[in-house]
Amino acid sequence: MAELILRDLAKTYPGASTRATDDVSLDVADGEFMVLLGPSGCGKTTLLRMVAGLELPDAGQIVIGGKDVTYLEPRRRNLSMVFQSYAVFPNKKVADNIGFGLRMRGVPADGVRRKVEWAADLLQLRPYLDRYPSRLSGGQRQRVAVARAIVMDADILLMDEPLSNLDALLRLNFRAELKKLVAELGTTTLYVTHDQVEALSLGDRVAVLRDGVLVQCGPPGAVYDEPADEFVGGFLGSPPMNFLTGTVCTDEGRPRVDFGGQSVPVPAALSSYHGKRLRLGIRPEAIQLGDGGGLRGELQVLEPLGASALLTTDVCGQTIKVQAPATFRAEPGRRLALRLPVDQCRWYDPETSLLLEVR
Amino acid sequence: MTIDVRDPVRPAPMLPPVDVAPLRRARLRATGVQAACVAVSLFMALPIVLIGLAAVSSRAALAEFPKPLVPSEFALDSLLSFLRATGTLPALGNSVLAGLYAVFWSLVVGAPAGYALARHAFRGKDAYQMFILLVRALPIVVLSVPLATMFLRLDVYDTVLAVTLVHTALALPTTVLITASIFVSVPADLEEAAQVFGCTRWQAARRVVVPLALPGLAASSIFTFVLSWNELLGATVVTLGHRTLPAQVLTSLAEASVAYRFAGGFALILPALLFIFVMRRYLLNLWGTTLR
Repeated sequence: MAELILRDLAKTYPGASTRATDDVSLDVADGEFMVLLGPSGCGKTTLLRMVAGLELPDAGQIVIGGKDVTYLEPRRRNLSMVFQSYAVFPNKKVADNIGFGLRMRGVPADGVRRKVEWAADLLQLRPYLDRYPSRLSGGQRQRVAVARAIVMDADILLMDEPLSNLDALLRLNFRAELKKLVAELGTTTLYVTHDQVEALSLGDRVAVLRDGVLVQCGPPGAVYDEPADEFVGGFLGSPPMNFLTGTVCTDEGRPRVDFGGQSVPVPAALSSYHGKRLRLGIRPEAIQLGDGGGLRGELQVLEPLGASALLTTDVCGQTIKVQAPATFRAEPGRRLALRLPVDQCRWYDPETSLLLEVR
Repeated sequence: MTIDVRDPVRPAPMLPPVDVAPLRRARLRATGVQAACVAVSLFMALPIVLIGLAAVSSRAALAEFPKPLVPSEFALDSLLSFLRATGTLPALGNSVLAGLYAVFWSLVVGAPAGYALARHAFRGKDAYQMFILLVRALPIVVLSVPLATMFLRLDVYDTVLAVTLVHTALALPTTVLITASIFVSVPADLEEAAQVFGCTRWQAARRVVVPLALPGLAASSIFTFVLSWNELLGATVVTLGHRTLPAQVLTSLAEASVAYRFAGGFALILPALLFIFVMRRYLLNLWGTTLR
């Protein structure tokens, strides 16, 4: 177990015109579960592979437990990894797969066996130890890959989208299991995913990447509630955060943002935006229905989702998604009153898309 | 009383009869394919079987017509006389050795080249692949005189080593291309996993990639062995006294009896077949599955 420090990591793949990672710096505390989140091609896997030593950075530094490992071979970094494709060796039995790393390290046979059985019990692989991976299901293979990684007692545990090849139900079950397992082990973990639900549910902290740049890093709640920019707000949450463009005006000395006939109040701190455009961001579940006041939206589509209903409404030509109770019923075309609680509204600069701190 | 599960209000709609014509067509096609397979197999196997039969028939039975499909008597004298003929056994030994050495060296030199082609993108890769194939386009007749001169100068003329070198060179292009295609099919992830879990690159290749590439390596070694076994011109040019079997048989065949020729032909086929049968089990995937 150790802390992991990434400093200004830059990497450009040969032949590529843009940087895969652009001066990324990140500190992962000892025992912390850090999730790297981003759309495909954002550089999160490149970052993970640089930590593993499978790619070398053009510039920057990687430090594990106080020791510089930037250009060290993978096998000398004392880390273990779960691959997206499982990468379970097809020519080795399950037990030999799990014990592979220990045997390479020169651990005596009975020590390897004890450790393998411990991991097999933890991941319910006991009945399969003598099988070849070809006779296992996808979920079981993934368990083998995880078992192989945890027996190493490594400083850092790396996981590259370990759940993405599992079907939906299996993923849901294994996600909870994985969280429990890693929490018990207490290993410093770097976990890559493009699934925002996974990131929110697993991470102690979530680092959001976009085009090779680290956009925001913080606890899941903070990243979800106060997205640092519109990209993060749109990427996290399903449905994503609503964004509305309006112009700041003054009504009886109080600043308001006008969306074209309808307006909502704006914190006084933003009165410097008078006459300028401003973006309002609000989560669909934060919008309250029916009390009057706020905005009036015309219902366009109602989608029952089982646990809730998703409404698509039109406010002055801009679309707002609203999460309503599952029992909500209305015909399209009806005018709905949408109340936007002030403490749930986030304000963004239309030029930079960055969050405006209003405190 | 029976319960009618059908909705009493709506009668069952009239369905058209089951059309079995597509099924019949598919079966007909399958029969055709089977027949073609049998025909091709016969085309390949029949000469071997006939030569084998003739080789174990007595001289008298050989003259009979029509010949029985199972020899009436099992006569080994023509085979034995072929094997006892001067030079046959040493030539057989030379052929086997040259074949095995060629397999060994073509894999030692060719498989790493195939690995590099499979794993790395480098400048001139396509040109390199073309260039490899060009080696085969060069007729060995053109090479024979310089080769003989060079081997004489290096004092390896008329040795198994000389034949091995020629055959290795001839086999390398196919070895490189076959092994490249098999290394491509071994996921790079597996190698990376091995590296993360404590292997050097070399150990990762040896412990993970090579076992998974065995079928391809077997295919390529069969190819090399058969090529070396059958190669005549190069072997004739670079040897004089220490001939390989085909070269030896060719020189003595013209003036030999029919029985001797059949025995010689059979003796030429047999080792190559044996080698293929031994390597065949590596061709099938050992773990009963595709690599992924």
